[in-house]
Parts: sequence; structure tokens; C-alpha cells
Amino acid sequence: MSTLATLPVGARGRVVRLDGDDEITIRLLEMGLTPGVELTVLGLAPLGDPLELELRGYRLSIRKSEAARIEVESL
Amino acid sequence: MSVAAASRPLTVALLGNPNTGKSTLFSALSGLRQRIGNYPGVTVEKKIGRAEFHGREFTVVDLPGTYSLAPRSPDEMVAVDVLLGRRAEEQPIDVVLCIVDASNLERNLYLVSQVLELGLPTVVALNMVDVAEAKGLALDLDRLRRQLPVPLVPVQANRGIGLDELKQALATAAEGAVTKVESPFPEAFRREVEELAQRVAKIVPAVPRYLVERLLLDTSGYLAAAGVVGGSEALQADIREARTRLAAAGLPVPGIEAVARYGWAGKVLAGVVSRPVERRITASDRIDKVLTHRVWGSLVFLLVMLLLFSAVYYVPDVSGANWLLDNLLESASKLVARLVPEGALQSLLITGVINGVGGVVVFLPQIFTLFFFIAVLEDCGYMARAAYLMDKLMSRIGLSGKSFIPLLSSFACAVPGIMATRVIENRRDRMVTILVAPLMSCSARLPVYTLLIGAFVPAWTIGRGWYALPWLQIVVLFAMYSVGTIAGIGAAWVFKKTLFRGPTPPFVMELPSYKLPGLAVVLHRMFEQGWAFVYRAGTLILAVSVVVWGLAYYPRDLSVIDSALLARRDALAEQVAASPAPPESVQAELATIENEIAGTLLENSFLGRLGHLIEPVVRPLGWDWRIGCAAIASFPAREVIVATLGVIYNLGEGQDEQSPELRETLQKATWKGTDRPVFNLPVALSVMVFFALCAQCASTLAIMRRETGSWRWPALTFVYMTSLAYVAALVTYQVGIRLMGGG
Repeated sequence: MSTLATLPVGARGRVVRLDGDDEITIRLLEMGLTPGVELTVLGLAPLGDPLELELRGYRLSIRKSEAARIEVESL
Repeated sequence: MSVAAASRPLTVALLGNPNTGKSTLFSALSGLRQRIGNYPGVTVEKKIGRAEFHGREFTVVDLPGTYSLAPRSPDEMVAVDVLLGRRAEEQPIDVVLCIVDASNLERNLYLVSQVLELGLPTVVALNMVDVAEAKGLALDLDRLRRQLPVPLVPVQANRGIGLDELKQALATAAEGAVTKVESPFPEAFRREVEELAQRVAKIVPAVPRYLVERLLLDTSGYLAAAGVVGGSEALQADIREARTRLAAAGLPVPGIEAVARYGWAGKVLAGVVSRPVERRITASDRIDKVLTHRVWGSLVFLLVMLLLFSAVYYVPDVSGANWLLDNLLESASKLVARLVPEGALQSLLITGVINGVGGVVVFLPQIFTLFFFIAVLEDCGYMARAAYLMDKLMSRIGLSGKSFIPLLSSFACAVPGIMATRVIENRRDRMVTILVAPLMSCSARLPVYTLLIGAFVPAWTIGRGWYALPWLQIVVLFAMYSVGTIAGIGAAWVFKKTLFRGPTPPFVMELPSYKLPGLAVVLHRMFEQGWAFVYRAGTLILAVSVVVWGLAYYPRDLSVIDSALLARRDALAEQVAASPAPPESVQAELATIENEIAGTLLENSFLGRLGHLIEPVVRPLGWDWRIGCAAIASFPAREVIVATLGVIYNLGEGQDEQSPELRETLQKATWKGTDRPVFNLPVALSVMVFFALCAQCASTLAIMRRETGSWRWPALTFVYMTSLAYVAALVTYQVGIRLMGGG
């Protein structure tokens, strides 16, 4: 199982799991990164972090360290 | 509608996600009838507007933009407390107005689902339908109306369309009964909330059901620690057990909330939004491709930042705003000089009051310019991209990309820079940014650098003719800017490791669609910030200015002045007054004597005595009492040092940093009773380093007090920056004098 941090730019994926109960996990959940949601990795900032995602019809930026908590399957 | 009900204004709470046009709707509803303040004890801004519809008064409370009503900090708690009527000093809310972005309904409905559980009448305003259409989305509004349990009103906030319908819906909703909304949570979860509510009721009466639910969901521990229901250990154990039971039932906290609410949003939107089969590539997509590109994105970013920085630096000068303000203040001084007889009152009005007012308004051109740019960048959607591009760099010192623009702005002026930190929602990040912002070398330090570099750094050049570069002077100027930046990086790192230690805050940031900025929104934001600064910092700056005037003016003991000199002054003054065209030599002699008297009076004033008193302290920095005195006098505003040095060295007021006279006088100044020069390169460097690092700006400290809601932080800033400045100046002088000698 891979994480969102390892998904290459341009790839589509589906969230499988997001564990934890700290502020970061809560924020990711609130922004719609719930199990089952489909997303696309649109790009990476010029310095290599953070990444730009598209999900639920909008664009979101999260750091790689945060993306690494999210288990995804490639589509 | 009863007459009694109609006579009382309707209190509307305006809530919504960021980037939904909430501020635009607030302005459209209330126009200029707004009041801005702060909620006590927190850093949240309180904005209240007034509106009217068919004789019905509305009070609109603009709550901070948020993605979720799940408080995890005192700042976030404010919105929940206001909505639930838990702030005794605030009006209870009659109706909630929740604005949503039509192009992004799913995520916006998350917040709506929380609002519906508050048990208040609610109206949803649907904004940005045009953006949704540009994205190729087709919305079935009738179906959405049927599936959403509360009234929905389409609006175009930026054009003021749909406002009457909205006000009508608000008035109707407030009069009617609250729609009973079913909880989006599964049955098992609701049962746990009920049981917990019964237990809570035994400890604290009348805790709203929404807060009980939050208590069960809030794994950050904030609500439990905030004392909403007291610190009962038994209750905490109950909550932990309930969570264990829920997890076993496949409803893990906190994940269950997002799953339940997005599930609800999915049901409400079923059949409402039809997307194009082929995802349409919008103009926004194409712009984003360029602006976040590795090469082009970085290049555009550098250009935008260069433009912003030079604008804040030059527009106040180039536009003539500074010239206008200078002339206005000068005319005011002249007027006072004509109307008020010479003496303490005249001096107070000119030096204390008019210069004090000048110290406030001098910041307005910079604040207007910066916030014009920030408002444009924010409204068009670039602000988030700037944070996205700079995040990696800023994360090295423990901050996030959102701190970049406030800190960059602080190189022009820390006051608007600190005001711009409101975009940083994480409190620790915001506090650290505020605390280090004054270390960035602002434009008020430049006169100090210019004067001292011009006088004491050798003008060694490379090249000749028009392209002769005084390279050493440029290197020293660059070094002064670096000293502040490096100190800022160090201070941010230390604050992050000590006072504001904690887990790395999430960097989860929406990248909104690009759009053309609205002129009305931009201008409104600009004037709002300028006005906020004047009323927040103005009185304090004025007060400090008057106090420093008093220190420099009193006791004004004329007996310290040589009586022969006074007699000569009076004789010359009479001669000038008597003759319609007095000879120039007489006028010049009179000016010299006046300046000498002013210098002696200053030496014997409280400020002068203070300068003498602290001489032993500043001696190791290579300073004499005059420099010490000038440093104290520049506490309200550091650029004052130039004028103060002018008076101390008997050149009179009105000296500026380009004045060759002042430079020459400084070069010639000697220690009392010797021919040893006061100033040499190490002393000049030590003064510059001190000014680079010291918190000599009453405006910055005043705005810091306003933004943080406490005197603690400006006090800390003053102490840490002054200590840092002292130590750095000491090292500079002591190392310098050993390397370069006294020459």
C-alpha cells in the first residue's frame, strides 16, 4: 500500500486510510480527505514541497509529511 | 410580524469558508456602517455591520472565515461562543447566514452541516454561481432547495445581486420556528452524545448539545482543557470509554465526523451538480499551471515580490504622499508658531503634538500601499500560491509559507507587516512572526544608515565617472540589512524551540480559483487597515511623543546658560526685529547662538541628564552621553535620532541625513575636554548595529499590543530586542576597535 506522498505528479488515487487523532489528521479530514475520496496530484512546489492536489472539485495544498499519513491506492 | 419584534434589530451571524466572498457580502450588506474592534482576550477581530430592509434593522456580526466549527484554540472558540450566545457582552444571535461557494459545494456543506446542529434559524447564501458555470458545472437549484433543510438564496455578492431576497429570507427565518434538522451522525453515535449530555448536565447545567458533541469529538484536548465543563477526571474517563465503544462499533473518533458530514453533503447534492464528462480546462487552470511552474512560477513570484517591496518602499515618496504630509505638518507648525507665543505651549504643540501626529500619519502611505497589494493578491487568489511557493523555505525556521509576505513587508515597515499576519491562522506561527517582524530592517532605519555610512565609511569606489560604485558603503549597507534578517531567523528559531514549542501545525491550505480582483473590495480593505492603525496605535504614539518632548524640554533652567550669551542673543534679536532687512551676518550669528542655547538646554534637560546618567552603560559601546541621549529620544521613532543629533550638536532642528553640515560636525565631535574624536568607524558601526536590532518604534509596539491583545508581547519584544541590540553593538565596537584601532 502506498501513501499520497509517493504518488507521482499527474497520478490519480483513492484514499484508503487516514489514521491518528491529532490536529493534522483532523484538519485533513475536515478538508475532505476521507476514505474513499478520489484525488489527483497536480504538482509540486518548486522547492520540492508542498504538493498541490485536486479533490472534491477544489484545490488543496498539503506538505509531504502530511501526505505520508494518507494511504492511497492508484487509479 | 409583531410591532415589538420589529422594533428590535435582528442579529445576524455571518459565517462561511474562506474564499467564498464572505467579506464582500458583509460589505455589500452593511456598506460603510461598520464597527471594528477586538473580542477581549483573543486576537480575533470583531466586525459588526448594520443593514436595513423595509424598516427592519439588521445587526450583522462577521465571524472569522473557517472551514469547520470545531474549536481547537481560544480564537476558534470565539465563533462558537458567539453563535451559542455564550458571550455575555454580545447580542444573542437570531439567525445564522452561511455563505457557500457554488463552485465548491461539497466542502462548503461540511460547515453548513455543523451550523445546522446549533439549533438556530439558518439561511444559506449561494455565491459564485458564475464561477461554477465557468468550470462547466450545471446546478439544479430547485433540487438543491428541496434537499437542503433550510432556505437557500442565490446571490452575487460582488455585484450586490440578491441582497433584498436574502434580507427577506433572514427576516422570515428569524420569525419562524427552527427547522428540526436530523443529525448526520449514525444512531449509535447520537446515543453516546445523549448519554454524555446527561452526565455533563449533572456537572454544569445548560451546556448546549453541540458542545457536548464536540467534547466527544475533540481529540485535540482543547475543549476539555478549556474548562467548558470543568476539569472532571471522571467525565474524561467516560469520554474515553465512549470513544472506545464507538471505535469498536466501526465509528472511530475523530474520523467519524468527516465521514458523516461529507456523507450528508453527498446526499444533499445528489443529482444537483452535473459535471462535464471531459473535465474542462479553465483559464484558472492554465494560469495556475504557469504560476506554480518550477521555473516560470518562481520567476513570476520573484517579480511580484520585487514589485510589492519596491512599491511599499517608493510609492509613498514617488506618489507625493510623503511630500504632501510633510508640507501639511510643516504648515501646521508654522501656523502654531504664528498664533501661539514662543514658550512651553508652542514647543509642546509643535514638537510634541504635531510631530506626534506626524509619527502616526507618516505610516499611512505605507499601510495603504501594502494593503492595496495584499488585497489585490488575496482577492485574485495569488496569496495562497505565494505561501505555497515559499513554504519549504519558511519551514526550515519552523514557520510556514504564510509568514513570508508579512515578513517581507516588514522590510518596508513592521506596522503593516504585523497587521498582515492575520492570514496566519496558527496562533504559534502568528505570534512568532509578529515577534520577529520588527527585526527586519525597515525604511525608518535607512536615514540612520545613510547619515553614518556617509560620514564614516570610506567612499572607496570601483569604476569611475557615472558608474563609480562606492562598494564599501554598499557592503556596509547590505551588512546592516543582513544583521536584522539573520537575527530574525535566529530569534524565530529560538522562539519556536522555547515559548512557542509544540507540534508542527498543519499546512493544509486551499488554493482558490483565480479571478479578477474587485476594486471596491481592494479599496475597502486598504482604508479599513489605515483607519484601524490610526485608531489602534494613534493615541499611544501621540502620548509617547509628548512624554519624550517633556523630557527634552524641561526643566528648561535658563541659569545654566552663560548670561553674556543670553544678553548677546537678546541684543541680536532686537536688531533683527527692528530692521526690515537685517544684515545676513547678524541673522547667522543669531541662529548660531540660538542653536548653542538649544543644545545647552537639551544637555541640561531631563533627557540630557538621562544621557549623562546612562553614559557608563553605553561607554563600552563606544558612545558618549550625546549618542545615549539620542538613542533614548528615538524610542518613539528611530528616525528621530537624526534631528536629535542635530540639536545636541548645536545645529538646530531640521537636520536630515543628507546634510553635509551634520556629517561634518559628527566627524569633528570630540570627547569633552580632549581632542579624541567621539565618532570613528567602530562607533558608527556600533550605533548602526544597535539601530538595526533595537525596538525603537512606539507604533510597532502599539500595533503589537493591539494584535496580540496583551502588553506582554510588546514588552517581551522591547526587552529581547534591546538586549540583543546592546550585546551586538558591544561586540561590534569591541571587535572593531581591536581590528581597526581608534582611527
